[in-house]
Amino acid sequence: MTTPANFPGEPDSSPKIAREFGLSNEEWERVLSTLSRTPSYAELGVISVMWSEHCSYKSSRLHLGRLPTTGPQVVQGPGENAGAVDIGDGFCAVFKMESHNHPSYIEPYQGAATGVGGILRDVFTMGARPVASLNSLRFGRPDHPKTPHLLKGVVAGIGGYGNCIGVPTVGGEVQFDASYDGNILVNAFTVGIAKTDDLFFGVAEGVGNAILYVGAKTGRDGIHGATMASAEFGEETDSKLPTVQVGDPFMEKLLLEACLEIFATDCLSGVQDMGAAGLTSSSVEMADRAGNGIELDLDAIPRRTKALSPYEMLLSESQERMLMVAKEGREQEVFDICAKWDLDASIVGRVTDTGRFVCKATPEYDPFDGTGKPDPVVVVDLPVDLLTNAAPKYDRPQTPRPDRPSLVTMAGQTPEDLGAELLQLIGSPNIGSRSWIWRQYDHIVRDGTVIGPGEGDAAVVRVFCEDEDGTKEKFIAISADCNGRHVELDPFVGAAMAVAECTRNIVCVGAKPLGLTDCLNFGNPEVPEQMWRFAQAIDGLAAACTALNAPVVSGNVSLYNETDGNAILPTPTVAVVGQLEDPEHRLGLGFVREGDIIVHLGRPSRGVLGGSEWLVQQTGKVVGASVGIDLEAEAALQHAMIELAKSKLLRSAHDVSDGGLGICLAESCIALGLGAKITLPADDDAPPHALLFSEEPSRIIVSLSASHAGELGELCDRYGVPFQKIGTVTGATLDIEGVCAVPVEELAERHAKALDAIVS
Amino acid sequence: MLRAPMRVAVVQFPGSNADWDALHTVRDIVGADAWYAFHKSTTLGDADAVVIPGGFSYGDYLRAGAIAGFSPIVASIREFASRGGPILGICNGFQVLTEMGLLPGALARNAHLRFECRDVHLRVENEGPFTDMGQGTVLRLPIAHADGRYHTTESGLAELEEHGQVAFRYCTQHGELPAGSDANPNGSVGDIAGVYNRDKNVLGMMPHPERASEAILGNEDGLTLFDSLRRHLGLS
Repeated sequence: MTTPANFPGEPDSSPKIAREFGLSNEEWERVLSTLSRTPSYAELGVISVMWSEHCSYKSSRLHLGRLPTTGPQVVQGPGENAGAVDIGDGFCAVFKMESHNHPSYIEPYQGAATGVGGILRDVFTMGARPVASLNSLRFGRPDHPKTPHLLKGVVAGIGGYGNCIGVPTVGGEVQFDASYDGNILVNAFTVGIAKTDDLFFGVAEGVGNAILYVGAKTGRDGIHGATMASAEFGEETDSKLPTVQVGDPFMEKLLLEACLEIFATDCLSGVQDMGAAGLTSSSVEMADRAGNGIELDLDAIPRRTKALSPYEMLLSESQERMLMVAKEGREQEVFDICAKWDLDASIVGRVTDTGRFVCKATPEYDPFDGTGKPDPVVVVDLPVDLLTNAAPKYDRPQTPRPDRPSLVTMAGQTPEDLGAELLQLIGSPNIGSRSWIWRQYDHIVRDGTVIGPGEGDAAVVRVFCEDEDGTKEKFIAISADCNGRHVELDPFVGAAMAVAECTRNIVCVGAKPLGLTDCLNFGNPEVPEQMWRFAQAIDGLAAACTALNAPVVSGNVSLYNETDGNAILPTPTVAVVGQLEDPEHRLGLGFVREGDIIVHLGRPSRGVLGGSEWLVQQTGKVVGASVGIDLEAEAALQHAMIELAKSKLLRSAHDVSDGGLGICLAESCIALGLGAKITLPADDDAPPHALLFSEEPSRIIVSLSASHAGELGELCDRYGVPFQKIGTVTGATLDIEGVCAVPVEELAERHAKALDAIVS
Repeated sequence: MLRAPMRVAVVQFPGSNADWDALHTVRDIVGADAWYAFHKSTTLGDADAVVIPGGFSYGDYLRAGAIAGFSPIVASIREFASRGGPILGICNGFQVLTEMGLLPGALARNAHLRFECRDVHLRVENEGPFTDMGQGTVLRLPIAHADGRYHTTESGLAELEEHGQVAFRYCTQHGELPAGSDANPNGSVGDIAGVYNRDKNVLGMMPHPERASEAILGNEDGLTLFDSLRRHLGLS
């Protein structure tokens, strides 16, 4: 075997270059001993990117195994481009969430746009037509000088991509907290619909089969993006601009339509999009899943710039590109459909039985302008296994966070004017209306948005399932949630709360949760306290997913979210997909009819204010005792809620979360402009402000006709769920007995202007 | 005697993305025979009416709707228009029709420079094949666009008025004009939301009737346009 050669001008690999590429000294030594030779420059690039945290999950793999991933409804669990759950009649919902944090901080528009592009590709690569997107965003404190620029850029980028490709962005969440000042989070979620029997997988099957490259040409953008995403930010961050990719949603729209048309001909044996680590990871992962090898002819790679080296082609993260493996002799069908959609397609390699990742290229030949003659030499020759299963896997040390001084009694004195407190809170950036954001997203394209942004606890989307028997309409519910403050106070509890809130949002619109995807955003795993947070959060997710029957079917880990040693709040964002049996079961969050009674479901507050938005605004810190969660009670509440929706007893449902019960009631009033007269429920003698603003989980506020009160009571008793009538829908004021009385119009006005201070 | 259902071609440019919305509404809700006419085709089929749907044809590169005017299908659209066939251009379809010169004026970037998706109110200003619901009727329809600010010269505006070509104006929910900054979502001149050509067989509009034609979507106001078209054609 010849030793793979460097290209002209490329330096010999060295420990110094390895370090620049993000490898540790131990990892460099491991490369040398495994290969028994020094890798070529291109090989070192390939190894370093495949061994990066982003691609190898080297710090997290060990822990991810503890997540529940199975269930009768699971069609595809983790390990593919996206996960899938059964939605009946031979159809499935295909979904995933992914982070694009680091690029979005450097260049918010393109970073966020390509995050959307990437997750859309993950979904349609599986053979699913994307039907809806969500996003979960975190920015620094509202008055940080960079926040307006980052918020505007990210929102415009998400809209710019999603609006153009024509997939509705139907919901999401956003939080502002000082911990994200230097490291924002952009997590993008997409769900698509496919026939279960027609799902496609990222496998390079069939030795000798042609590998086709379809889509945009390769440039120098995004080289080493995955490595960048695996490091902390420091002072030199601004110089990382060239590692950000640039998106072209029009190209992706063509790619989407061409791919779905190609898939329908059944001429492919495998397909994978080129995401992080581009050509390298897509070909290596496909070879790995099939237990095969791949040989690439880099001279054949479509390109849009001169003098691309093998290193650059292998590591480029140019967007809107797919790798396909055609069945024997069926390449022409791919070419024909690509021609219809004006897309480039070329054969760039073959599937082999060697188990090796081999790349050839000609040093003095440039296909871009035709100079020189092709006479390829081997530039990469590595065992596939070295880049996948044999990549480093660490059990990093963990240290529990030291106990903080007791702040259990943070409740303190009750403020004099609780009405003013409520107005202040409803008009603050973390609680108020997000309409400035979602109005910039086309949330209605495809005629499926039944419950859109701001209308319910989750979005409800009608999807059209077409097969030989005609078209069936199905209704899915989606939500994305996490509150890093509660995770910070107790990572196990906070992570479980994220799952509980997300599934609770699904049941509040009348749907049953089917599966979950996660996006685990944490700090530096080499810091034992951060690693502990991660491991604890995994256990919290696992416990809640099991208790609430939401298996994890896909996900993503984003570590090193810190700048100059300051880590973000641990943020294990989750998104859940559920299904409504019947669209008539759907529920919005707003009070609908004068005279309806308002009922509190779940155990009333004990007045624990830890981690609440109100307390953060009072103290400027994330402090207090964790609110805790009882997963059995949560499960009972959710089961009861599903039954209540099915029985059509209710007219609205809204869960208590950020801002507490006071905000929950205010939002239900604001939605349709109706007031309410309320008596605060309590099972303790906590002060009224604590009862009003505590963010204890496992509570839902519903409204219904008084004539259904008896049936509701019987149903709640059957499920062992505490319930209590707390008031009536009436008038134009939110009147909480002995606490405050605020006109709904005033609440609505403050709510609507919540983001004005940042964006205008 | 049962009348034949109307036949509607929905034009598909590369980057059209509300093509499904139009096809679904016209076929599944209105009950027409409907099909896609791909931009590389040179025929619209045996259509009674044509919809040019929303989206980002050719990525809206250069200018919204500009490149679509050079597609092979365009000759048959022109021919259909010249025969007096009813054409409805929605959102990007409106932009395409102005770029093709089938409708007067142009659509510029929204005054506030952002993409905007929300419900707006429209007042029917003049009757035509798509607007027989009566002058002054107020409709609530959604918009979803970044380039919807209708613009034309002062003399162009006078001509539109003279020939009764203004189909819709943005208005308050009570039908009042001028719409004012909040009700006019993009800064369109004269609050104009939709215009007819001189012969009134071609209508372009920024709001989306095809996304507001079903109870389950919370709005059926859009159906009035398709019902009007059906009556105009004398078909079921």
